Amino acid sequence: MINSSLRELSAALAQKKISSVELTTLFLDRIEQHNPTLNAFITVDRERALGLARAADAKLGAGETAPPLTGIPLAHKDIFCTRGLRTTCGSKMLANFISPYDAHVVERMNDAGMVLLGKCNMDEFAMGSSNETSYFGPVKNPWDTARVPGGSSGGSAAAIAARLVPAATGTDTGGSIRQPAALCGLTGLKPTYGVVSRYGMIAFASSLDQGGPMAKSAEDCALLLNAMAGFDARDSTSLDRPAEDYTRDLDKPLDGLRIGLPKEFFGAGMSEGVRAAVEGALAEYRRLGATTVEISLPNSGLSVPAYYVIAPAEASSNLARFDGVRYGHRAAEYRDLIEMYEKTRAEGFGAEVKRRILIGTYVLSHGYYDAYYLKAQQVRRLIAADFQEAFKSCDVIMGPTAPSVAFKFGEKSADPVEMYLSDIYTIAVNLAGLPGMSIPCGFEQGLPVGLQLIAPWFAEAKMLGVAHRYQQATDWHTRMPEGWQ
Amino acid sequence: MSRWEVVIGLETHVQLATKSKIFSGASTAFGAEANRQACAVDIALPGVLPVLNREAVVCAIRFGLAVGGEIAPRSIFARKNYFYPDLPKGYQISQYETPVVAGGGLTIRIDGTEKFVRLTRAHLEEDAGKSLHEDFHGRTGIDLNRAGTPLLEIVSEPDLRSSAEAVAYAKALHALVTWIGISDGNMQEGSFRCDANVSVRHPGEPLGTRREIKNLNSFRFLQQAIDYEIQWQINELEEGRAIHQATVLFDPDTGETRAMRSKEDAHDYRYFPDPDLLPLEIGPEWIAEVKAGMPELPQAMQARFQADYGLSAYDAATLTATREMARYFEAAVAAAGRENAKPCANWVMGELAARLNRDERDIASSPVSAGQLAGMIRRIGDGTLSSKLAKEVFDALWNGEGQGDENAADAIIEARGLKQVSDASAIEPIIDEVLAANQKSVEEFRAGKEKAFNALVGQVMKATRGKANPQQVNELLRKKLSS
Repeated sequence: MINSSLRELSAALAQKKISSVELTTLFLDRIEQHNPTLNAFITVDRERALGLARAADAKLGAGETAPPLTGIPLAHKDIFCTRGLRTTCGSKMLANFISPYDAHVVERMNDAGMVLLGKCNMDEFAMGSSNETSYFGPVKNPWDTARVPGGSSGGSAAAIAARLVPAATGTDTGGSIRQPAALCGLTGLKPTYGVVSRYGMIAFASSLDQGGPMAKSAEDCALLLNAMAGFDARDSTSLDRPAEDYTRDLDKPLDGLRIGLPKEFFGAGMSEGVRAAVEGALAEYRRLGATTVEISLPNSGLSVPAYYVIAPAEASSNLARFDGVRYGHRAAEYRDLIEMYEKTRAEGFGAEVKRRILIGTYVLSHGYYDAYYLKAQQVRRLIAADFQEAFKSCDVIMGPTAPSVAFKFGEKSADPVEMYLSDIYTIAVNLAGLPGMSIPCGFEQGLPVGLQLIAPWFAEAKMLGVAHRYQQATDWHTRMPEGWQ
Repeated sequence: MSRWEVVIGLETHVQLATKSKIFSGASTAFGAEANRQACAVDIALPGVLPVLNREAVVCAIRFGLAVGGEIAPRSIFARKNYFYPDLPKGYQISQYETPVVAGGGLTIRIDGTEKFVRLTRAHLEEDAGKSLHEDFHGRTGIDLNRAGTPLLEIVSEPDLRSSAEAVAYAKALHALVTWIGISDGNMQEGSFRCDANVSVRHPGEPLGTRREIKNLNSFRFLQQAIDYEIQWQINELEEGRAIHQATVLFDPDTGETRAMRSKEDAHDYRYFPDPDLLPLEIGPEWIAEVKAGMPELPQAMQARFQADYGLSAYDAATLTATREMARYFEAAVAAAGRENAKPCANWVMGELAARLNRDERDIASSPVSAGQLAGMIRRIGDGTLSSKLAKEVFDALWNGEGQGDENAADAIIEARGLKQVSDASAIEPIIDEVLAANQKSVEEFRAGKEKAFNALVGQVMKATRGKANPQQVNELLRKKLSS
């Protein structure tokens, strides 16, 4: 049951082979058993989950057609506000924050009948690629607990990889869904910017943040995206498009598919094991009827520097609301207003968050704005134009998700720039607002390798189909780490 | 003093009369219990996002059309970043590089001459909350009801040359924004607040260093603060000290301005485009739609009053001081007939304005309706009522006699017997009696004393208790005396 797909779980629930309460209890028990080791969850609410499961069972038993995901357990990244359930964003600043409202994504998943088990650990305010910046301690990678699960959605990734939950939400600002999916052997999708509402998703970098699904397969992700996506008038950047069925192209044959391989993604910097796994996947795609074509994204080398101007700039402003005045942490003692701000923020934020606030404040400062922020925005447009040009000669772009497999704790945390390069292949996708995903495509020394797929704007369904056909032909995505039975 | 030239520019924050806030659905009504009109967006909970209220944009378009400014087809909302407890997000959403309205201007009238004051720009932004320093025993209370109230910040060019001009400009702007219905203009409640940038220089020299007086919420304070500031700057310069750019506050109790500590205004606001909001796009269709719903503007109305009703420029300007007054006047003319336009103007600006002023009422709630006033003016026009007795009719109307009856004047004239007597056969016997009883005056008149004639007229009027038609009394009396 713990390895079942969402469709299998849905069928089992519909046929009364198992009840939602039984399924929920199964996963809650697994969380209780393994979370102390993995630290994938910050908050688990057993009673609440069982209440939701009972409600789901009632719906399933009532004979009416319940939505397909009804009764299936789910976890939210702790960046999504959940009414009445603590929302920390991985920070001391919000360690005791209880939101009075649900994020749009949370509402959607509730409406879909999914059973919320709890909230997943994450890098503080989604700033990190290893989950080491969480105030609640690092998450362990179930494939090797001496290694990081990736980040920032590392808790969601580790929880699914160890089968503590069948599916979870994540958010992706520079790779935070795709990179942990790669490092934990999962399938994760970042939709086109504007497809999933950001309302209630605690902002890191508003022009880049996008919520998306994480699960074991492309098919699961398609079903989850069906529930998550949709216009929301409360988010001005949400796109008002007709609803679509993201499963519609899952079984579409790959004949004639043109896969673009950016030469910039296949140079130095990638580990040999990652290269071999990605090459193997491409060979499989050719075998399935696709052709590959070399393309170029000439400005992709500028994506990390541009990102580390734009994202911190927006973050420095987005995080100004955490001032100790209205909610969240406030310093216990202070002499005046300025000291209240200083102590509150010095105590409430961790080192990486402070670093990015400082960078962001600097690049927006008078006299530096043009040289940094404005220039980075120009680079961003060039990067987006590169992709537009590339998609003239291919349908989907592929390459590695991350330059290496999961690294050891502390291996990169001493050098921020080294850490930032973990996202070297994923960041350009956010800058261009494109949909991207990571699917498992092999192993290097027992650790999963991710293949990244990048599609044109709004081509999620097609991209999911391309991923699904590969997963029909391979079994990388079904592998489960040992020790979590 | 005369060798100094004063240069003033005003930045005015006008609260827009929208039902809900500029980026949230919370109510903007004034006076609610603290923090009861602050929703999740207004208190900046984690994860909330702004959504632009289109009504606020309509207000900006209206203003742009009214001042002849350019309405930007695409303008950008930016974040102005600074920390303050009543600024929940740690930034204010405003417009920086591209405002919604650019240019345009406003004509002010001062000592009978007109002056055109150019506008630099007008942009949309959100108001902050309020910090309450009283009643909290050394701590500060925060009320976020006002946070997110839509503001139009209107910036003038430094075209004003005295506090009187600044006040005239502020009054004209106040009249305009209330006229076009984009603000209630309530200054006590902070709906209309001015910042004044003041500098002095010798004529012909480049602009002097300016100091900005913040948050003046009455015309009187505006005048006092600018006058004090001008004198202070001149004194400084004349004593050989330089003026340093500063933000200053006006203390109404002392009548003085004082600079804020430099720490308080040493801001680098780190403006950048707000990534949560799309650029504001205003197409020609939207502008046309707003234009179609615009009221006639005061200047156009003044020209029409002069052309159509033969009013003087002064009368036309006075009658268009507020939209309600103009509306009342036009209603009165419509009921009284165009030939009575001038008397209508005189009554509205004279007796009615004086009574309203005395009782601190506004014209929209006048006890005498425009129709009732017109009914009375018609009777003066057709000779039924003398101007003198009209005052008595007006008093009766003011005191509520015939309330709700548009023909109340007729009823009052009838009931009180105030109808003017224009019948010669009724007046002649009275004249004969008066002449018989005032032989001395008759002789004096015949001896060439014109004053004696007036005395005789007065006697006849008195004998008829004011009801005789004075003109007719004049004619008949002259005829009798010359025969």
